[in-house]
Amino acid sequence: MAKSIDVSDVNIYYGDFLAVEGVNMTIRAKSVTAFIGPSGCGKSTVLRSLNRMHEVIPGARVEGKIVVDGQDLYAPEVDPVAVRRQVGMVFQRPNPFPTMSIYENVISGLRLNSKRMNKSTADGVVEKSLRGANLWNEVKDRLNKPGAGLSGGQQQRLCIARAIAVQPDVLLMDEPCSALDPISTSAIEDLIHELKSDYTIVIVTHNMQQAARVSDETGFFNLKATGEPGRLVEFNPTKKMFSNPDESATEAYISGRFG
Amino acid sequence: MTATLDEKSTDSSLSGKRPGDAIFRGTTLAASLLVIVFLAGVAIFLAVKGAPALDAGPENLRDKANVFALVGALLFGTVLAAAIAMIIVAPLSIGLGLVISHYAPRRLAKPVGFLVDLLAAVPSVVFGLWGIFVLAPRMQPVHEFLVDWFGWIPLFAGPASGTARTLLTASIVLALMALPIVTAIMREVFSQTPRAHQEAALALGATRWEMIRMTVLPYGRSGMVAALLLGLGRALGETMAVAMVLSTTGVITSWNIVSSQNSNTVAAFIAQGYKEASPIRVAVLIFAGLALFALTFLVNFLGRAIATRGTVKG
Ligand SMILES: Nc1ncnc2c1ncn2[C@@H]1O[C@H](COP(=O)(O)OP(=O)(O)OP(=O)(O)O)[C@@H](O)[C@H]1O
Ligand SMILES: [Mg+2]
Repeated sequence: MAKSIDVSDVNIYYGDFLAVEGVNMTIRAKSVTAFIGPSGCGKSTVLRSLNRMHEVIPGARVEGKIVVDGQDLYAPEVDPVAVRRQVGMVFQRPNPFPTMSIYENVISGLRLNSKRMNKSTADGVVEKSLRGANLWNEVKDRLNKPGAGLSGGQQQRLCIARAIAVQPDVLLMDEPCSALDPISTSAIEDLIHELKSDYTIVIVTHNMQQAARVSDETGFFNLKATGEPGRLVEFNPTKKMFSNPDESATEAYISGRFG
Repeated sequence: MTATLDEKSTDSSLSGKRPGDAIFRGTTLAASLLVIVFLAGVAIFLAVKGAPALDAGPENLRDKANVFALVGALLFGTVLAAAIAMIIVAPLSIGLGLVISHYAPRRLAKPVGFLVDLLAAVPSVVFGLWGIFVLAPRMQPVHEFLVDWFGWIPLFAGPASGTARTLLTASIVLALMALPIVTAIMREVFSQTPRAHQEAALALGATRWEMIRMTVLPYGRSGMVAALLLGLGRALGETMAVAMVLSTTGVITSWNIVSSQNSNTVAAFIAQGYKEASPIRVAVLIFAGLALFALTFLVNFLGRAIATRGTVKG
């Protein structure tokens, strides 16, 4: 189910603006990969290119090759909608659908995939996904209440439940904890640990400790200089990154001597 | 909503002493008071001048027993015509609004939006002429068709009018006239859908249409209702087009919108009748005007109320 991702020579543009240049990396299946780096260096941009969410923005485009388990995501015959069903995404700000109940939120992605689903199958998926997102016990008595009525941390876990309900191969998370308190953050970090056994996970974070805690491998992005495109400076196992990085820039950033 | 209100009040309390602010506040206050006074003045004028109609006899009321029966029949026709217009406008404006806000590439969306806005600049006399000379002849076969196949629906009971200058044709003209404003509001409502929700749907693997069904339409529901109500308000009061297109003269209450015996609307009734100016008949017309004023006011009020409730909730 989980799949590896090969990124080679990727340049990403917003219109004429080259935001990220020359990215090469291999994201292993069933592992957690963290992207770190200063603001504006293109972490979100690269992450969004992994499920073709990038091209939702008018004028945005990707050059190079991104291959998920042998399939080139940007091959002309590939439908971006199909890609996004395989590669799920959790955003920085929790964004449950405001007009839907908790139950409907979880099931919403599945409704797209298979229109017909009997009630007991749907119930099963909802419970499994909410348990998977560590939210079941908190919401099982109010599944029909609006999702927007939950706390921020609960909403974010609801979004994770929604994303895993469709059983994607890969889960992308863009700063999933940045709007959350430490307790919700720790709940989500635990969750990422558990999800790792089934999914390939890529997470963007500004929190060094978080990257060190949850990830197996880390990519450090940086800008050569202001106005220049962002690039991947170093990509290594997290242990090595945080103890003995190859690049001095990585060490400077991780130890906080550098913005 | 509350946030902006708070901001406003703190702003003015902080800077209320500056002369520029005081002048600005004074003029805006005066202007808004003027509007209210003016509206109240219109209402009072209509009430005073229309009051004699209460004592009018059947000879001045198109053979109705009292003025309420007459105005009631006219209001029925008004609401019927406007409602049918809205039934036509709803899918058109929602479709156009979505095309402009979500489907068309930006290069195309602009001119399409502009074209629709241009429709609003066409004078209603022109719409009326177009209704009589262009639309009605083409609608005649449609009338026959509706009566033949859907005659069992009271609206299409027939017999089909030979000229097609019916309430149905008038409603279509009304629909075209209300289309620009309704489409403009729809477009605005749709483009307010938060990006985060739209991206959430797309990231789940929704197609564009599925994304619209999951986020844009439910999020904009109250805005869409408000847009239609505001359009309804416009259609209710529209005079020239209906007065020109509709060939009816009598005042009847009828669901039938395809025969030559149609209900009439208040505005058209007034436009057709104001020349026969005996004082009591003028009073009857003014009374009808008062009823229309109240109805339009109510519908617009409702539209605004729903619109604000929607934005607060969103
Ligand atoms: N929608 C957009 N249109 C044009 N340029 C954009 C857009 N989004 C991002 N950019 C630009 O692309 C570059 C990379 O942005 P990106 O959002 O990927 O950075 P980031 O590393 O995620 O930063 P942060 O840590 O602040 O989230 C920036 O220079 C940014 O200004
Ligand atoms: Mg970002």
